[in-house]
Order: sequence, then C-alpha cells, then structure tokens
Amino acid sequence: MSVPMGIETLDYEFPGRRPAGHFAPVLVGVVGSGNLEAMLEPAPTSTCRFAVQTSARGFGAIWKAVLRDFQEHHSLAGVTVSINDMGATPAVVSLRLAQAAAEIE
Amino acid sequence: MTRHRADPLNPRVSFAECPARERIKLLFDEDSFSEWITPSQRVMSPHLAQLGVPSSFDDGVAIGEARLDGHTVFVAAQEGEFIGGGVGEVHGAKMVGLFKRGLRDRPAAVVLLAESGGVRLHEANAGLIAVSEVMRALLDARAAGIPVIVLIGGANGCFGGMGIVARCADHVVMSDIGRLAMSGPEVIEASHGVEEFDSRDRALVWRTTGGKHRYLLGDCDQLVDDDVQAFRAAAIAALAKGRPFSLAALEEEHALLARRLAAANGCDAIDLWQAIGIAQAAAVPDMNATQVRALRPPDEIVR
Repeated sequence: MSVPMGIETLDYEFPGRRPAGHFAPVLVGVVGSGNLEAMLEPAPTSTCRFAVQTSARGFGAIWKAVLRDFQEHHSLAGVTVSINDMGATPAVVSLRLAQAAAEIE
Repeated sequence: MTRHRADPLNPRVSFAECPARERIKLLFDEDSFSEWITPSQRVMSPHLAQLGVPSSFDDGVAIGEARLDGHTVFVAAQEGEFIGGGVGEVHGAKMVGLFKRGLRDRPAAVVLLAESGGVRLHEANAGLIAVSEVMRALLDARAAGIPVIVLIGGANGCFGGMGIVARCADHVVMSDIGRLAMSGPEVIEASHGVEEFDSRDRALVWRTTGGKHRYLLGDCDQLVDDDVQAFRAAAIAALAKGRPFSLAALEEEHALLARRLAAANGCDAIDLWQAIGIAQAAAVPDMNATQVRALRPPDEIVR
C-alpha cells in the first residue's frame, strides 16, 4: 500500500448543546513525537468543529470516532478545536482534549 | 490557575520536565505574562507544511512581557519538544522582534529560556539567517545597556547557533542536567568518529557539555538545581549583573579561551578541571549542584 507524503487535513463538525460563550483561546499540548497541540477558540456556531492537521495519514476513521466520543461527553457548542498532530495515540488525543475542555469549563 | 510558589507542601517543580509555557507561568510573577504574536494569530512556519512536517501555532517559541520580582522584563521561551527547539524563520524573527522592541521599551532585562538544537534544518538558509539575526539583535540590546539573561535546563540542552547566542548574553544560568555547546554529541561522533567522542557515553556527554562543566569553566555564571524556583531566584539575582560590553572585555575573553585551549590540549574534562586548579576534580561527576558551587566562587572565573 502506498501512502502519499505530507500532512493530512481532516475536518469534522458535531452538534452541541452547551454553548461555551466567550472565552480566551486555550492552547494545550506540544507538537512533539506522539503528542499534539490543541487550541480551542470561540466560534459563532451551534456546533463544535474540529480542524485536524496530522502527520500520520490514513487514520480518518479513528479520528472521527475519538472526536465524536469527546463531543458525546462534552457537547460543546460555539467552539473550534484546531489540532496539530505528530502521531498521538487515541488515548493521548482524548486526554489533551479533556485537558483543553477543563480549561474553558 | 494558581500554582506552587515556595509552598512546603508541594515538591519542587522540575524545570526540565516543564513545557516552555509552563516554565513562563512558574518562573515569572504570577499571571504577569502577556504574550505577543499569540498562537491564535497563527504566525506559523511557511516551510514545514511543504515538507510534510506538522507546524505549531507559535512556531515553537512564546514571546512577550512579564514581571520578574516586580521588574518588567521581556521573555522568550523555546519549546524543546517541537523539532528539538530548532530555530526556523518565524521562530527566529519572533526573538529578533523581542530584542528590537526592547530597544524601544527598555525592559529591565531580556530573559531567554533557551532549549534548542540550533538551526531548524528543514528551513535551511532561512534558519541560519534567523539565528545570525538573533545574535545581532541580542548584541544590539546589550550595546544599548539592556542585560540579556539566558536560562538553560531543558532536556534538549542548548546547541548549535543557540549555543553561540547563549554565550553572547550577559549572564547564563544552568542546571546540572542542562547542556551547552556548539556541536552536539552525535554531530561530533559523526564527523570525527566514535574514538574521538562516543555520543552514547552519557557521563562523557555531561562532563563535556553539562552545567557543572560550564560552571567550573565560567561559561555559565550560576549553577542551580533542576528546580523552577531556583532558576527564578537566579534570574532575579542576574538582573543586577550586566557584563561589560567592550572591545577590551572581548579581547580578555579571547585570551582566556586561548589559555584554556592550551590547558585542555585534547584531554578529558576531568584533566582540564585539574589543570585549571579545581579541587577534587575527579569527584565532580558525582557531586550535586551545591557541592560544585562550593568549588568555584560565584563571581570568579578561573583565569
């Protein structure tokens, strides 16, 4: 199987019931091996949008499952989550997102 | 979020284990940091994405203004976990801008929390130029009488162009696990062979580049434990200690380095310590920072 070079860009959007309101942008994590940074910013929507840039290509289905799971717990609305990923495992992704959500809740 | 400050119930916080932003939060006066070019402004590397390498929202360095024991200082903190703290075009430009703004606003000092392998090789010439511009901007700040303080205690050390930047500063503070040099261990081994330098020999690496060695030789001015509060206290003490910035001071430094080169004569660090008159040189690798401090008076470099 040949995997093309470069960064993969993934976008997901889920509805949410809990408007985050205005908050100062939150940044957690670091773009390092097996790690990622996630930035939460307010957005004029009733959804939570995830914009992922990842060096590990071909894991879209797993990203979608992990992000949906996060959103089922937190149900954020009016938030954009921007992620720069360097091969973080699903468990690390979940922990980082929970850390970021805790800072705005 | 309130954090530990000299709280006896909290253990000390390792400087090495903190990310760059956590170091800023713990080192400077509480909630005093105000960032410039924030992550949400997304001033990011124009080069990395083209190479398929993930970028970071702050390009691996946070810059801004903070207070240190009530004094307004400018701050840059490099994130060693992002491409080894490598200096790219944007990363370097942020530091240059910090020093230039310092010329205008005249802070009590510029404090650089350095953790870097040097130039970010992905950005090639842009990174090399960026590092040289940082050096020039740092020296301009010193020439204008603004002291520059460098703190080194991250796991990646301070190497390459950033090693030179550190030695351009007025005052260098290191922990014993911090490292400062030009070429890193792997680079020396690759270019000169394993007989010259075995990069996997950790004891050799630390006694050749580590904080204790740098302190004994006078390349670093204060040696502290791996503790954010120890770094804070050292940075506060350094505020009052500008170094003369003159041709005479530079020539004196060159003469010192020439004498040291003659004393070293290709030998091991322990022999060099012995040659410059350090007592119990052979025992230094097993000493802690406090014991090593006792071997050299704080403001005295062995000439």
